[in-house]
This record gives sequence, C-alpha cells and structure tokens, in this order.
Amino acid sequence: MSDAHGHGDKPFLAHHFEDEDHQFDSGKLGIWAFLVTEILFFSGLFCAYVIYRAMHPEVFTFASNALDTQMGAINTGVLIFSSLTAAWAVRNAQLGQKTGLIVNLSITILCAFGFMGIKYLEYSHKFHLGLFPGDKYEAKEGAYGDESKGNANTVAFTSPEEEESAEETEPGVAFSRGDTAEAELAEQEAHGDDGHGHEELAPWNDPNVPEATKRKLKIFFGIYFCMTGLHGIHVLIGILVLGWLLTRAIRGHFTPTYYGPIDFAALYWHLVDLIWIYLFPLLYLIN
Amino acid sequence: MTQVDIPVESPVRPVQHLDKNFINHSKGFLSWALTLDHKRIGLMYLVGISLSFFLGGLFALAIRLELFSPGMQFMDAATYNQVFTLHGAVMVFLFIIPGIPAALGNVVLPLMLGAKDVAFPRLNLCSYYLWLSGAAFFIWTLFSNGLDTGWTFYTPYSTSYTDTSVIQATAGVFMLGFSSIFTGLNFLVTIHKMRPPGMTWHKLPLFLWGMYGTAIMQLLATPVLGITLLLLIMETTLGIGIFDPQKGGDPVLYQHFFWFYSHPAVYIMILPAMAVVSEIIAAFSRKHIFGYRMIAYSSVSIALLSFLVWGHHMFVSSESTLATLIFSAITFTIAIPSAIKVFNWLATLYKGSVQLDTPMLYALGFMWLFTIGGLTGLFLAVLSTDVVLHDTYFVVAHFHYVMVGGTLFAFLGGLHYWWPKMTGKMYSETSGRIAAVTAFIGFNLAFFPQFIMGSRGMPRRYADYTADFELYHRLSTTGTLILGVGLALLAYTLLRSLFGGKKAPANPWGSATIEWECPSPPPHHNFDHPPLATDPYDMERVEWDEEVQGYVPAVGHRPTAH
Amino acid sequence: MTAAASTEHDHAEGHDHGDHHVLPLWLLIGTWLALMGLTIFTVTASTFHLGAFDLPVAMGIATIKATLVMLIFMHLGFDKSFHSLLIYGSFLFVFLFISFVWIDRGQYQVDINEKEQQEIAIDLGQ
Ligand code: HEM
Ligand SMILES: [Cu+2]
Repeated sequence: MSDAHGHGDKPFLAHHFEDEDHQFDSGKLGIWAFLVTEILFFSGLFCAYVIYRAMHPEVFTFASNALDTQMGAINTGVLIFSSLTAAWAVRNAQLGQKTGLIVNLSITILCAFGFMGIKYLEYSHKFHLGLFPGDKYEAKEGAYGDESKGNANTVAFTSPEEEESAEETEPGVAFSRGDTAEAELAEQEAHGDDGHGHEELAPWNDPNVPEATKRKLKIFFGIYFCMTGLHGIHVLIGILVLGWLLTRAIRGHFTPTYYGPIDFAALYWHLVDLIWIYLFPLLYLIN
Repeated sequence: MTQVDIPVESPVRPVQHLDKNFINHSKGFLSWALTLDHKRIGLMYLVGISLSFFLGGLFALAIRLELFSPGMQFMDAATYNQVFTLHGAVMVFLFIIPGIPAALGNVVLPLMLGAKDVAFPRLNLCSYYLWLSGAAFFIWTLFSNGLDTGWTFYTPYSTSYTDTSVIQATAGVFMLGFSSIFTGLNFLVTIHKMRPPGMTWHKLPLFLWGMYGTAIMQLLATPVLGITLLLLIMETTLGIGIFDPQKGGDPVLYQHFFWFYSHPAVYIMILPAMAVVSEIIAAFSRKHIFGYRMIAYSSVSIALLSFLVWGHHMFVSSESTLATLIFSAITFTIAIPSAIKVFNWLATLYKGSVQLDTPMLYALGFMWLFTIGGLTGLFLAVLSTDVVLHDTYFVVAHFHYVMVGGTLFAFLGGLHYWWPKMTGKMYSETSGRIAAVTAFIGFNLAFFPQFIMGSRGMPRRYADYTADFELYHRLSTTGTLILGVGLALLAYTLLRSLFGGKKAPANPWGSATIEWECPSPPPHHNFDHPPLATDPYDMERVEWDEEVQGYVPAVGHRPTAH
Repeated sequence: MTAAASTEHDHAEGHDHGDHHVLPLWLLIGTWLALMGLTIFTVTASTFHLGAFDLPVAMGIATIKATLVMLIFMHLGFDKSFHSLLIYGSFLFVFLFISFVWIDRGQYQVDINEKEQQEIAIDLGQ
C-alpha cells in the first residue's frame, strides 16, 4: 500500500503520523482500548460463572473435583513465566538488544505451546471420562476423582447413617443434607483425616448426591469449557501474533524508537495471563 | 492557547476544486478494495449501508402491505414472522448501527480534525470487511432457512425450537459487532491523538463529542453482545445449559446479557444522530451554538448512563420487583441529558437567521420526532403503564419515532449536509426539500396511528388483527407508501446530482468547522498542513462570496476567544 | 521525543511521563518470583478448608497477582494515567453488569428452586 509509508528514512512510520512518538502513543492508546473490549468480552462468561456459582455453590464444589489442580497449577506457572519473558522482550526491544528479543519472544511462544499442550491433555482426559460440555455430558466412572485418582479431591456427601434413609427423604431436603455432609467432611479433614480409607466417597454416580445437583453438573462443564476454551483461543491468537513479530525481530525491524508492536503484543499477552490468573482459582481451587 | 491569529487578510480565495481528488486520483477495482483512505472506506460503507436500508425497506413494505387488511393477504403467519424478523435485524445491525459513524463519520471525522486519516487505517479497512462478511452471513441466512426469532434472538425459542438459520444470523451479527467495535476504537484514538494544534477538548466540534460518546459505548457494550451470541451458538449447538431452561439454564439471564448491549446500542444509534443535528442546527441558524458545553457533556453522560437502564426491557419478563424498581428509576434520569440537547438546539434556533435548506429540514424533523419518541419512552419506563403497553404497537411506535424519526432523519440530514463535500456535487435544493417534507408527512402518518392502536391493545408481531384496528393499519400503510415516495425522490435527487449536479464549492453552507476548509471533494491527503483550529461555531469567520457561490474565510476577521 | 511534538498531541493527556520507561531487570524478575510465590500460596491455601473464607482468600490472592501484572509487567504504574482510567473504568462496568444481574437473579432464585424440586419429584415418580 503505497500510501501507508510516507517517511523515507523511517520505514515503519505511517504517513498520517507526525513522528514515531506520535505513532507509538496512538498505538498504545489503541491497544489499551482494545484490552478494554477484551475485558468486557470475557465479562459475559464471568457473569454466567458468578450467577451459577452464587446460586448453586454445591454444584461447583462437587464438579470442580473433576479438574486436575496440579495441571492447572503447572499451567499457571507456565503462563506467568511467559509473561515474564514477554515483559523482558519489551525491555530488550527498548534497549535494542536483538538477540535477547529473539530469545525472549521464542521462549514466550514455546510457553504458549506448552500451555496448549497441557490444555490438550486436560481436555482429552475430560472427554475420556464423558465430561463434555452440553448434551453429550455423561460422566463415567472416575470422572469426579473417585478411586482412580486417590481421594484428596473427593467430597463425601453423606455419612453412612444418612445413606440408609436417603431413599425416603424428600428431594427438597437434599440440599441441606448435602451442605451438612460437606461441613462434616471439612471437620474430619480439619482433624487431620484427609479422607483416606473412607468408604463413602462420592463416586461418579453416587445415589446420594442430590438430584438437583447432579442435573446441574453439566452446567459447570459448559461454563468451564467456554471459559477455558475462549481463553485458549486467545492463547492461539497470541501464538500467531508473537510468531509474526518473531520473524520481524529476526529481520531486525525493531529499534529503540520503533518497538510499538512488541509492546502492544506483550500487553495483549499479559491480559491473557491476567484472565488465567482469575480462571485458575475460580475453576480449579474450589472447596 | 486561547487566541489564534489568522493571517490578517487572505486576498487569494482558497482553492474550491481540484483536478485530482480522492475519488479520481487512482482507478481500478483494487484501488478501492484495498484502499486505506478513510474517505473511500466511508463511501464504500455508504453504498453498502444504503443497499441494506433498501433491503430492510422492502421487508417493511411487505409487512405493511400484509397488514393493510385483517386476515391474511399474501403470506402465512410463519412467513410473516420471518419478514418482521429480517426487517428488524437488517435495519438494526446492518443499517442503523453502522450508518452514521461508519459511513458519514468515516468521511468526515478526520477531515474535521484536519488529519490525514484515522489513527489506524488498516483496522478501518478490516472493519469494513467485517461488515461485508456480516452482510454476507445475513444473505446466507436469507437463502437458507431465514430467521424468525425476532431481532432479539430470545431463548429458548432461538436455541431449541426454531428451525431457522439462527447460527448463520448470529455469526453475522457477531462480525458486525466487531466491525462496530473497531470503528469505535479507531475514532476514540483518532479524536484523542490526531487533533490539530489549537483544538482543545472545548474546541472540539460537537459531532466529534457525539462520536466520542458513541465510541465509549461501542467499546464497552458491543463485546458483551459478542460473548452473548457466542454463548447462544454454544447453547444451540452443544446445549451447554446456560440460557435454555430445559437444560438448567435461565432465559431471563439471556435477556440481561442481550439488553446490557442493546440498550446502550439504542444510544449507539441515537448519539451520532444528535451529533449530526448539532452541526446542522448551528450551521443553518447562522449563529453560535447555544450551550456548547452542555451539549458536549450530555453526550458523554448519555454514554455512561445508558449502561444502567437495560432492565427496562424486561419489566414483564419476570424480572424481580427489586430490579424493576431500580431500572425504572434510572431510566427516568436518562431522559435528562437528551432533553438538555433538545433545549439547547431550540435556544440556538432562537433569534438565529434560520435557513430552511434540505439538511435543516431533516434536523428540524429530527427535533420534533425525537421529542415524541423520547417522551413516549418515559411512558414505557413507568412500571404500571408498561405492563399494559409492553409488546403492543405503542412500543413499535416509540422505537420507530426514535430510530426512524430520529436516527434515519439525522442520517439523511447529514447525508445532504456533507454530500457536496463527499461527492463534489450540489443536488437540486427544490426536489431535496420536497423529498424531506414528503418523508416527514409520510412518517407521521405511518407511525402516529400506531401509538393509538397500541394503547388500545393491538399486540406487536401479530400477522393478523381484528376489524377494530383496520382504520389505524390502513392509515399506517398509506403513510408508509408516502414515506417510500419521499425516500425514492431523495434517492433520485442525490443520484441525479452525481451526473448533472453543479460543482460544489468548498463551503456551501457557511459552516465554521475544519472539514469545509479543504476543496470539495478533498484531495487524497486532505490537508498539506494541519489547519489551525479555532472556535468551530464562530459563524462570523466566513462570508458569502458570489463568485464561488459559497462561503470563504472573512477578510480580516479575528476569531473570538472562548 | 522533542518537547514541541509532545505538547502538540497531548494537550488533553496532560503530563507525559515515562512513555519509554525501561524496567530494570531485578524488578521484572522480582515480580515474577512474587507471582510464583503467590501461586504456590494460593494452591496451598486451597488445601486447608477455610470454609466461608475460601473464596475471598483465593480472590484476594488473584487480585494481588493481577495488580502486580498490571502495574509492572503492563507498565501501568509508569504509564499515562488515562490508560489506568480506561482499565479501571472497564472493571467498573463489569462490576455493574454482574452485580445488577446478580441482584435480579438472587430475587427469583427461590422460585426456580421450587419449580425444580417439583420437576424432580415428578421425574422420580413421587
Ligand atoms: C428518552 C429516552 C428513552 C426512554 C426513556 C426509552 C424507554 C424505553 C422503554 C421503557 C422500552 C421498553 C418498552 C417495552 O418493551 O415494554 C423501550 C423500548 C425500545 N426503545 Fe426506547 N427509550 C428511550 C430512547 C430510545 C432511543 C433513543 C432508541 C433508539 C434509537 C430507543 C429504541 C428502543 C427500541 C428499539 C425498543 C424496543 C426493543 C424491542 O423490544 O424490540 N429508545 N424504550
Ligand atoms: Cu432501552
């Protein structure tokens, strides 16, 4: 586009800006405005999350057992490290350190791939256990921790005495029953008993999990897959953008006066990290 | 900087026309399809938007003809549902929302700033192609199973019951949403960063204040529409159980999501219209605009307040009493900034030397019709009356008064106002005026009876009605036809001017904003040097010049300090 | 940046400090260490059952982490205040959105529960 570049000695200065600072400032305001739209974009998902969690805390507590805290935590670490390298890359660009820039951008991209790889493992494990979003949801044995994964993550809904009377209880009582059982469990655990050796761990099809809770478990996974999925799409977009900038960095496009794209992409990347910082405790760390 | 000195005399008249302007400086399909020039992008938008308006208009005509008499005339009820849905969706998403910002704004906004382009020309082109893709998805919708959910896509009908092409349509709206976001983002940054020397925030033309407020809403509200529609698609395809009650979801939640966007969206539609009207009223009253700061601040306060009232669309959708009370109360307050604008325009007219050129006729029409539309909005904001009026033709009349009487009229006014600048041609003033008056009469005849039948109980979105309502429907259909004639005459007037029209001078109306300082049509790069900005409503700065048949900078005039 | 050019574009933005602020390496790495520490902390905290405090603690830690990322990695602490205004403004609107919806839904949740229990009762054939 012939009219895009009007300043001979500065190949990346667009004709309608007066100088490189003018261009940088405009781009910076633009990317912040874009991040605002991203925040509002995610807000819908957070709103759905807040509503369903506030209205059905027991569903979230139970369903969250299916998520693998360890994997989530590793992914958090990966993303935070990539945030560091992204911020470092900006510093490299500002100081004109070409090699450092290339190295840091590459590490950031590798981390992004690592994140997606772990996500892939997590997702396929979920699908394997029948934990699909929506209509295909059909939890199989082991879906909520149960035997397969040890029991640190499982929740007992009932004590044996209650189990016997469960059939006669009215469904309406189920809610409160679940709650007291949970409190009991908390008590047991507080006494140093982490659940080992208990027989009444809630299995994937425990008849004593209140029917109302069971019916809503799939909503949790709807929300879980939408939130992490949309986040994952953002990671993929980040990979594309950072990859493109990596090629430009190799070609030596960036200088201490022209490094806007690196800065803006890093800002985007930090936002992706920021969203994950909330997603992780909201989805994985529910007790 | 309070006082700017313009060179004391400029004996040479400013250039009025150029041989090479932005329209003819390069040729060929690609020079348009890949252009980064905001003016060309604006013109391409204008063409697309006008075609959408025409398509939406055909649907409107079909609705009104069907309703001319009780009983079914030429379609069945299911077809009727499709026709009113497509009418609404095309008009709202393809025409009104992008209308003023993307078509007129794109051409005018950088010119008003004396800038060479918007801040991000590539993003601007991208936003145009997003619009085109959205339009393509609408066409796809049309040629697959159509759409019959109403423009609001309410669940669970849209997710679980209808067999029409909801996914194509929502995907289209999703793209249109991002097109709108990118336009807003571009304008926000442009207004912040590309102002010419001397243009402080309080010397910003009111059109730009309006666009600024619009940009705020586009940035904050439209993403929520995006995510809502994504979730809707997920619900339809996978059944994630967020909006569909049979799957444990909550349809009222969907309405919250939708109106969190769509109420601000009605202000995304009206704020640019108010912005256009502020310019026209000042220019054709030949007088400094009254209450500049009030008009400017009210734009921003409308933008912010518009986020707090969405619940008034859900008063009878089993919204809780507590929430209805809150939303009803806040809805009243939003009428205040709107009224502030109307009063300031009135005060501008007062003792001005009002010239009734075509743009002014539309602006005056706007003031009249928007006032009716806004006041009836207050009726609807009252909880007790809304229970009766909700989902009747009263609501239909309300929003047509604001969207057609308001936004469409302002769009047409702005189109005539900037037409000479955009195309370099003058249209026939006589036929322009006749078209404006015809459209005004036709519009009122079409929609005023709807207030009456609505308050008497005629429900909206019905394909048939009892004989009691026949008179009103007949009046309404007749009015629609008259409105159509007016619009056809308008199209003829403007298109004819392209071929037979006189060459337009740089400043035909005597406005004092910067876009009139460059030749008509502007050259590719707009301005060689950013012009000095002064008070944009200091009408004494320009005077009539017989020779160029337009206004030129007044000799020796020193702008007043503000 | 020449002073003249900066005043031309920034009448509205006011002061224009530190646009090209280069962050020292120790600050970047220190921030990273803090973020990692907080992550480990929040995972550990979640294994203790704090009851009603679980969520506030988790959210509190997440917010501290988010603040660190924004202020340092995203340079907000050294940047134009208008950029901070944009971001905090957007949080305000998210807050409004969610809280209004919550207020409403909280009011009619009882009705939903009631209906649901009836449905379950029917489905289970009672
Ligand atoms: C003075 C300010 C306004 C107030 C107080 C107001 C109030 C209302 C209320 C309470 C309703 C809901 C009626 C119902 O469904 O029962 C409504 C509907 C509507 N209003 Fe307004 N309004 C105002 C301005 C506008 C503007 C400026 C526009 C557009 C340019 C607009 C467009 C609409 C639309 C499209 C609907 C119907 C949506 C639908 O259900 O399909 N309103 N208005
Ligand atoms: Cu509304």
